Parts: sequence; structure tokens; C-alpha cells
Amino acid sequence: MAAQADSWSWFTALAVGVSLFKCLFINAYHSTDFEVHRNWLAITHSLPLSRWYHENSSEWTLDYPPLFAWLERGLAQAARHWDGDMLRLDNLNYASPATVLFQRLSVVCTDLLFIYAARECCRCIRVQKAPQVVLSQPSFVLAVLLLWNFGLLIVDHIHFQYNGFLFGFLLLSVARHLQSRHLQGALLFAVLLNLKHIFLYVAPAYGIFLLRSYCFTLDRPDGSIRWSSFAPLRLLALGSIVVSVFALSFGPFVAMGQLSQVVSRLFPFRRGLCHAYWAPNAWALYSGADKALAVLGVRLKLLQEAELPRAAMTGGLVQEVQHAVLPSVPPAATLLCTLLAVVPALVSIWRRRRGNRAFLRCLLLCALASFLFGWHVHEKAILLAVLPLSILAVESREDAGIFLVLSTTGHYSLFPLLFTPAEMIIKVCLMLMFTIYSFTALGNLHRSQGSLLRPMEVAYLLGLAAVAIACEFIFPLSPWQQKLPFLPLLATSVYCAVGVSYSFLRLYATLLRSDDKRKQL
Amino acid sequence: MQTWSLVSISVLLAVLVRWGVSLNSYSGAGKPPMFGDYEAQRHWQEVTYNLPLQQWYFNTSDNDLNYWGLDYPPLTAYHSWLCAYVANILNPDWVELHRSRGYESPAHKLFMRTTVLVTDVLIYIPAVVLYCLYLTDGSAKRRVSILLSILLYPGLILIDYGHFQYNGVSLGFALWGVLALGLGWNSLGSLAFSLALNYKQMELYHALPFFCFLLGKCIKAGLIGRGFVLLVKITATVLVTFGLCWLPFLPDPSQVLQVVRRIFPVARGLFEDKVANTWCSLNTLIKIRSILTSDSQLYLSLAFTLLAALPSSIRLLMKPTFWNFKLALVNSSLAFFLFSYQVHEKSILLAALPVCLLLNEFPLMCVWFLQASTFSMLPLFLKDGLLVPYTVTFLGFPFLTVYLLSALDDCLEDELKLGICGKLFPLIPKIHLACIMKWKFYISMALMAVLSVLSVVMDPPPHLPDLFPVLVSTTAFMHFLGVFLHFSMVQFMEPPRKKSRKKNN
Repeated sequence: MAAQADSWSWFTALAVGVSLFKCLFINAYHSTDFEVHRNWLAITHSLPLSRWYHENSSEWTLDYPPLFAWLERGLAQAARHWDGDMLRLDNLNYASPATVLFQRLSVVCTDLLFIYAARECCRCIRVQKAPQVVLSQPSFVLAVLLLWNFGLLIVDHIHFQYNGFLFGFLLLSVARHLQSRHLQGALLFAVLLNLKHIFLYVAPAYGIFLLRSYCFTLDRPDGSIRWSSFAPLRLLALGSIVVSVFALSFGPFVAMGQLSQVVSRLFPFRRGLCHAYWAPNAWALYSGADKALAVLGVRLKLLQEAELPRAAMTGGLVQEVQHAVLPSVPPAATLLCTLLAVVPALVSIWRRRRGNRAFLRCLLLCALASFLFGWHVHEKAILLAVLPLSILAVESREDAGIFLVLSTTGHYSLFPLLFTPAEMIIKVCLMLMFTIYSFTALGNLHRSQGSLLRPMEVAYLLGLAAVAIACEFIFPLSPWQQKLPFLPLLATSVYCAVGVSYSFLRLYATLLRSDDKRKQL
Repeated sequence: MQTWSLVSISVLLAVLVRWGVSLNSYSGAGKPPMFGDYEAQRHWQEVTYNLPLQQWYFNTSDNDLNYWGLDYPPLTAYHSWLCAYVANILNPDWVELHRSRGYESPAHKLFMRTTVLVTDVLIYIPAVVLYCLYLTDGSAKRRVSILLSILLYPGLILIDYGHFQYNGVSLGFALWGVLALGLGWNSLGSLAFSLALNYKQMELYHALPFFCFLLGKCIKAGLIGRGFVLLVKITATVLVTFGLCWLPFLPDPSQVLQVVRRIFPVARGLFEDKVANTWCSLNTLIKIRSILTSDSQLYLSLAFTLLAALPSSIRLLMKPTFWNFKLALVNSSLAFFLFSYQVHEKSILLAALPVCLLLNEFPLMCVWFLQASTFSMLPLFLKDGLLVPYTVTFLGFPFLTVYLLSALDDCLEDELKLGICGKLFPLIPKIHLACIMKWKFYISMALMAVLSVLSVVMDPPPHLPDLFPVLVSTTAFMHFLGVFLHFSMVQFMEPPRKKSRKKNN
């Protein structure tokens, strides 16, 4: 037992190290999300429950589900003793040093859950024989990939959000499923859904997997479903867990007749197809193609410049999007595309009982599909795929290759989040550090099986480096800076979109291919 | 994993920590009329850029020496000029004569911080990397651990990137000197050290060991044969380097004299503020400054300094090995810090650098000292508003180094064999000694932590306004004195059978 505890001392070192590292950025730039969360502290602290989702004196209205609001209320209890002024509703844009310290530390502290989840994930790693050297143990590599994840560090601790806490729930729930403790996993995921509803995107994977692998206990010899083995008690247990969590969270609002108000706050469909900085997804490719066609059309005199919608997406800040040439995309179309993209994966895990790993793969596909085809996707949502993929990456060579492409492109697409000159060095160095580590550590881990990347992928990533240098360093000095300010964002998101789509397809291939193998056996 | 990737990750981490600290406040931020060291550096840029070189060190109508007059050697002045040249391209307001006084803006802060990072990346960090890769024994992992520990030493980071100074330049040059001497390139070593001396006169703390090591080498090679050639080569290198650095001032002897007068301000008294050296600590018991005249203070401190520094240097002269050289660097710089005249609290960095070089051999002792040295500058950091980065690095450094270097278990035995305790109390079994050492370390860490917390949260009683700074400096002084005695003892014992021990690792 003592030896066991000792062999995990590196985990403590990594966790303490990263927590202290996060504290270094307390005085760094923070985005408007800082004020968003301060305002929510004020709302939940000073208003009764019935006013939470009606309050709109600040433009940053509460648009997370109720459990997150309760979390803010809990934090406000501590904030009261720290600097009570931050809890005043009319104190907009208040950011005293004590407030900054409090909010930053609250992120670092809630991240403890993420650290615990990362540890649980590390314990789920399957290894044939663990190497003696700590540095080349898969669990060590996974711990670094999760705890020191570039995206989480900059989004949470510089840009300011509570993703670490939320991903802690997700990873813990994944770890519980990998350990076959499905009820706990379901409970954690239900809580997570009530903390932030963006995780609804991966809910289909959970639903189908639990129904198939937990509620049906037996299979036919060929692995397909045996309908007679349905266990109603298990379904009842699952159902009651999920329903009670939702009742706890939404119940009070249903009782007050405010459900429609809450829902309208949670799903603001008035926002545009693409977020302020285009996430590198299919719609970025679509809009990029539209832009190219428009320019081409004007050049070839097929279109009149005056007929084009003014400033279509140029600034990147336009809320309503009108495409110039291609048809505009309604929300329903994005929903349909997303559904179509996930159905094969869901069918695949339904048809035959598959391991817990296949569930994780399906979850990743849901996350990526919604990222690629969703409405108003934030570029930060790529973390939903990058973090769970880390688990697969340390276990198999092929997934490691996908991880390298996806994490590099996904992380690079987060660069526009930090645009202040002082944070430039941080994002570049941190990205380099994480990328160098993930390439060498994963390469080292799978070195017996040859190189991780195909020549095409290497070329693509080198191209990404070229795009990065062009956009970050050369473009700001060039004369186009004034005329075409949106060009770097466009180039970045279109180029990254290629990489993300490619990773999506390859990940799909791994899921479906393992299907075929089963068939042949 | 490959060494190159571990090294580059360590360097990137070091840069990140440095930059993270630099996001915080600097000395004298928004505190007119004098501001602080940040304004001093900016003012030197202003002066060197706008005035002819002959006026740099003189009090003129355009150059008020009472307002942060230039008091470092010429290389610092040239560096300021170079920075000012870049600053003038970016924004002429930053260095405009007179009108730029007290200039502060986020963009300017970014510029100043970047200049520090650039010098560090060019001079200090490569020196540390090369030292760890070529002059440290042990496995690749061990070397990278040492590398990371040296790069993350909080004292230097907080002073350079928080308080604002360019210590990385002079220490970096000195380290290049050590590196070159360790590799046997004597002329290059003396060149690098001459540059260090010409950047900051405080590098004199290291001068005695450099001198003795090189002279000892020459004597060993035979003063009538090859040794003489070596001596001539070294002397020529030093003279030419100094000549080149001072070239613009040489034509006029009054210029040289004025520069020297500015660099060594004897009139400023035995010590200022609260510094963790002998005189200041003794001052709590005996008021030396009121008993002795300033001249006798000067002689007293000179005598004590030489008395403390000479033994180790003479030992080095007799046995010019690299091992003795490193120890003599520690002893000499500590002797100067503890006993010399006009010591600043920041000068402890000069002792910290050679101590870093011994991290591999004496992990516990060195971590202990480095921690105490950071702690000794606490009042300064609090004044500069650096509480958050101080707390982070103060907690992080011992944790990281104790974990990486396993300072508390593996090396304790070896260390004790060399240590004083083993010789002084031969009757106590080794195991108990290790235990006692460990507890002493824990208690001292706890004491420093408690004093740090008290300095932050408690108001001192009205009749003792300086209570906490004095407590801090006295505590740190005890640690420094202990380390000085320890390393002096070590130097006079037989050198460890390094070769055989290292082979075992």
C-alpha cells in the first residue's frame, strides 16, 4: 500500500505544480467572461430564486442551467467575506484586485475536481507492462496531457471560465463508465448537464450506450442485442437518477411557472451561425467558400458588388449572417446535419455490445460532430473532444496520431481568444510546450510501432505552423492589416477546419473499422 | 524521452514563469516623485540616448545625478543606450529628454519587460543550459532536473521580472565565465567575466575566486613555462576587454575618475535599509554606525571581508580544481555579502548563483539557502506589490526542487559525510543526523512561512515599526551565516571522491 502511494507521488507533483502555475496568471488579461461571472455572483447572491432568470440589468444575463447558478451562489457566500462590493448588482465591470484574486482563485480551487477526475482517468489506463521510468508510463503522459492541457489553461486561467470544473465532471463520469460503475457515471453526467447544457451534444452517446450496455444484460452469440435480456429495474434506476437530478435543478422553476423563461435564456437561437471568432468547423469552410465565390463573382463580373449584403461576416463580429452566394443556413439545418453525422456512430454501438472504449469513441464523435455542424459553436468547444481523446491517445498508436492533429489544430484555433500583446508570449510558449511534450511523449510511448503521423499529416501541420507565423507575426506588419482585418481569422479557421474535419473522419474510421473486424471474426 | 525535448520544455516553462511574474507590478509603480528601479532604468535610457557620452556620469543641467544618476559601469550604459534606441523607434515619448520623466504606460511596461526577457534568453538561460548539460554529473534526467531548478530560482525571477533589474545579464556573463573555465577555455572565461564586471561592479564579489583560480592554474602549469604564456594570454584578454569597454572614456582621465567615483559611492554608509548581513543584524544589539566614524567603519568591514574571503581563495590558489572554484565562489560572494560595505539586499543573488551550481552535490543545503535568500528580500517584494508571485514561487520552489532532486532522502547521507555535523559530532549515528537535518529544514521552512504571513497580515506595534523587516533580515542572516560556515568547512575537507561516487549513480 505504501509502495502504491509512493508510486503516485509524481501525480501530486504535477497537480501542485500546475495549480501554482495557474496562480501566476492572476494578473493577466481576462475577457468579458470575468464580468459575466461576477454579475452572476451578484444575481444569485442578491436576488431571490424567482428573479434569477428574469434579471437583465446587465447585458450578461444568467444563461447557464440552475445548478451552475447554485454554484455561483455558493461562491458568493465566500465572496461576501472577501470583498462584498463585487456582489452588488449595480456594480457593473467591478474588478478590484481582491475581486480578481477571488475569482481567479475560485477557478483554481474548483479545478481540484478536474485534478481528481484526471487521476481517476489515469487509473483506468490499460497497460501491458508498465515501464520502470516514470516519464514513459502511459498514466504519467495522460496526467500531463490532461492537467497541463494548453486549451484549459488559457481558456480558464487567462480568458476566464470554469471549464476545468465542468470537464472534471465529464472526465469523472467517463472514468466511472470505463470502470463499469455506470450508475455513478450517469449521475455525474446528469449533474453536468444541469451545470452547462452544452454537454447535451454528447448526451446521445450516453443515452444509447447506457440503454444498450447497461439495460440489456445479455447478447446473442454474434454480439447483437438479445431483447429478452432487458432489465427494467436497471432502466428504472437510471431513470430515477436522471429525473431526480433534473427535478432538483429545474423543479423550483417549474413550480414557479418559469420554465419557458429559463429555456429561452438557455437556448438563444437569435445568435448567428458562427461565433465572434469563427470556430474551425464545417460552417467556417462553408462561409469561406461563400466568401471566395463572392470575390470570384465580382472579379468575373457575374455579381454586382452593390448587390452583396454589406459587410457579410467581415468583422467576424456580426451576429446575423447573410451569405452572399450560397444559401443561408437556418438553425434547423445545422441540427439535421449534426444528427446525420452522429447516427452511424450511435447505430454502431447499438448493434453490437462494444467495450467501454467504444462508448468513449462514440462520445468523441458526438462532440466533434456537434462542433463541426452545430449552430453558433464556440471555438472553445473543441476541448470537449481534445480532453477525452487524450485517454485513447495514450493507449493506441492510431488514436495518438489523431490526437496530435486534432489537439494542434484545435489549440491553435484558440489563439484569437488572447489578442493582447502582453499575453502573446504566454500563448506561444505554452502552446509550444504542450505541443513539444505531446509529440515527443506520445512518440516515445508508441515508439515500437513506428511513427505516429502520416507524411500528409506532417505536411499539414507544418503548413499550420506557416499559417500561424503568417497570421501572428507577418500579417500585422503588412499593408493588408487595414484593408482586410478579418483575413487572419478567416485563414486560421478555414485551415484548422480542414484538420478538425480530417480528425473526425479518421476517428469515425477507427470506430467503424473495429466493427468490421468483429464481423470477420 | 529525448533530452532535447525535456530541455526545451524546461526552458519554455522557465520563460512562462518569468513572463507570468512580469505581468505583476514593478518597483515604484505610480509612486512619484522618485518612483523606483524601473524608472531608474528608463531614466538611464533617456540620459544615454539624448546626451553625449561625456555627460553620462556628470551632473549637468540636463543630467541630474540626484535623480537616479547612472552609477553602474559602462556596459550597463551601453545596454541602456541600445534599449533606448529601440524605444525611440517604437515610441519617442518613452525616452524624450526631461519630458519622459516618470513615464508609465502598459505598452511601455511591456517593452521594458520584453527587454529583460530578451537579455535573459540571449545570455542567462543558454549559460544555465550549457552548464547543466556539460558540467553536471548524473543521468540526463538528473541534469534536466538541475536545469529546471536553477532556472526557476525565485529570487532572480522576482527581482528581474517583478522588481525590475537586469541581473540576468551580469550573472549570465559570470556564468559564461564559470562555464568556459570549467571547460578549460581560460581566455574566453576571463573575457566573459570581464564583461560581467563591466556590467555591474557588484560582480567583484566573484572576482577573487576567478583571479585565484586562473592564477592557480598558471602556477600549476609552471610560472616560467606554459603557465607564463597562459598568464600573459589571460592578462591580455582582461586588459583588452576592459580597454574596449572603457574606450570612449579613456581619452580624458577626469572622465574615468568620475565613472569610478559614481560606481563606488563610499559616502553612502555601512548599510542601508534592512539587509541580512552581519552589520545590520549586529545593529539590533550595538549601534555601530553611531559608535564608529565612517572611515573606521570602512576599514572594519574591509578587514572582516578579507578575513572571511581569503581562506577559501588561498585554498583555491593552492588547489585550483573546478570543485574548489565553485566552493570558493560561494564562500567569497557570501563573505562579501555578510561583511562588506554598502550591501544591498539584492546582492544575495550574487551568492545564489554559485550556490545554484552546487545543487547537484548538496541539494538540501542549496535549496535551503536559495529559499532563505528569496525570503530575505520579502520586505522589498511587499513594497513592490509582488505578494502573489512571491507566494506562488516561494511555495513552488522548495516543493519542486525537493521532489525533483529528492533532496530530503537520497542525497542526505552523502551530504552529511561532507557536512560539519558529521565531523563535529562523530558520536551521533548517521541516521539520527539525517533526521535532525530534516527537522531543522522543516522548522526553518515553517519559520520563514510564518514570518512571511505575519509580515503581510499584521501591523507592527507602533513603537517598533520595523519589527518584521528586522526579524526577516535577522532570520535570513542566521541562515546565510550557517551556509557560509558549512561551505567553508566543506572546502577545507578532502574533496569528495567524485569520480567513484558518480559512477555508481
